[in-house]
Amino acid sequence: MSATDTPKRSMRTPLGRVRNLGAAHSGTSDFWRQRVTGVAMTLLMIPVLVIIMMLLGRNQVGAAQILSSIPVAVILLLFIFASAWHMKIGMQVVIEDYVHNEKLKLVSIMLNNFFSVAVALASTYAILKLSSGV
Amino acid sequence: MVEFALPKNSKITGGKTWPKPTGATEVREFKVYRWNPDDGKNPSVDTYYVDTNDCGPMVLDGLIWIKNHIDPSLTFRRSCREGVCGSCAMNIDGQNTLACTRSMHDVKDGAVKVNPLPHQPVVKDLVPDLTNFYAQYASVEPWLKTTSPTPQKEWRQTHEDREKLDGLYECILCACCSTSCPSYWWNSERYLGPAALLQANRWVSDSRDEATGERLDNLEDPFRLYRCHTIMNCAKACPKGLNPAEAIAELKLKMVERQI
Repeated sequence: MSATDTPKRSMRTPLGRVRNLGAAHSGTSDFWRQRVTGVAMTLLMIPVLVIIMMLLGRNQVGAAQILSSIPVAVILLLFIFASAWHMKIGMQVVIEDYVHNEKLKLVSIMLNNFFSVAVALASTYAILKLSSGV
Repeated sequence: MVEFALPKNSKITGGKTWPKPTGATEVREFKVYRWNPDDGKNPSVDTYYVDTNDCGPMVLDGLIWIKNHIDPSLTFRRSCREGVCGSCAMNIDGQNTLACTRSMHDVKDGAVKVNPLPHQPVVKDLVPDLTNFYAQYASVEPWLKTTSPTPQKEWRQTHEDREKLDGLYECILCACCSTSCPSYWWNSERYLGPAALLQANRWVSDSRDEATGERLDNLEDPFRLYRCHTIMNCAKACPKGLNPAEAIAELKLKMVERQI
């Protein structure tokens, strides 16, 4: 792009543009939570894989029997919680990176939140239902 | 959305092939990006042949030879010609680096391809407009900030504390790192970029500075700091061998440290 064709012409000084609305004083919590959930998923990966192997080829009654064990249900719930949170933060980063239209960005982030919560709740409900044998 | 394609008026079209120098026994082909703001044309890539027996070994020597012997209109920045000033930063054979410290013999196959630093507005030919880059540097307030009374002599520092600035103070602000960073390409208006953040960490790490917390406050932002996704292009590009990604990681660590 040539300097003369810069799309957003402005009389504002370069430093004024860089400072813009100031620092949000946030972002560290998301950065930290992304690491915490990442480490949690790494630790949970092997037990979750073992549980999935145990579930392979079983019918609903068999699956409900395995999930009625409290450690199995807790491991799966923790994994769902960590991965949904990780997914939400990760997707938000991607949206912020590439979606520059402010309205579209806000809508996308909102939908991302709804989707992540819905996935987490649906999975939690399914695990609780199976583990309680209802 | 992010613009992945070049705007119509920035697409490269054609280019002139200049005649080989007469009497030269060894020539090296140079393909150089050209754009003139005054002629209304799209950018092009011109082909030149440099007499390697008549000029120094570096890419900058080749460019100066072209300017002196073939085409005086070729425009580029240069000053110290020894990797200290950072003026001649450009993209050589797909890698951001300094033309004065990159040997043309290190470019192995075919022509030496020379382009301006990527994703910056071009002023002319190989000269990028770094206004935003410099403003971002200014925004980290790169000077010692103190409230204690100024000592009679210098502000003192232990040898150990001074060593913490190694790997940070050597930055020459050539912009090779920032303009190699995809995160900076997509969000250069809000993300400060590797160079400004390395400099920010240089002042945050300075034991003599008394504004560390304010400096971190000023950086704590999902865009200013946290657009760094540790892609590491910055460390690969830095012609001084510095590691801006590590400096940014240190900043993030300090952010976490003061919260937990």
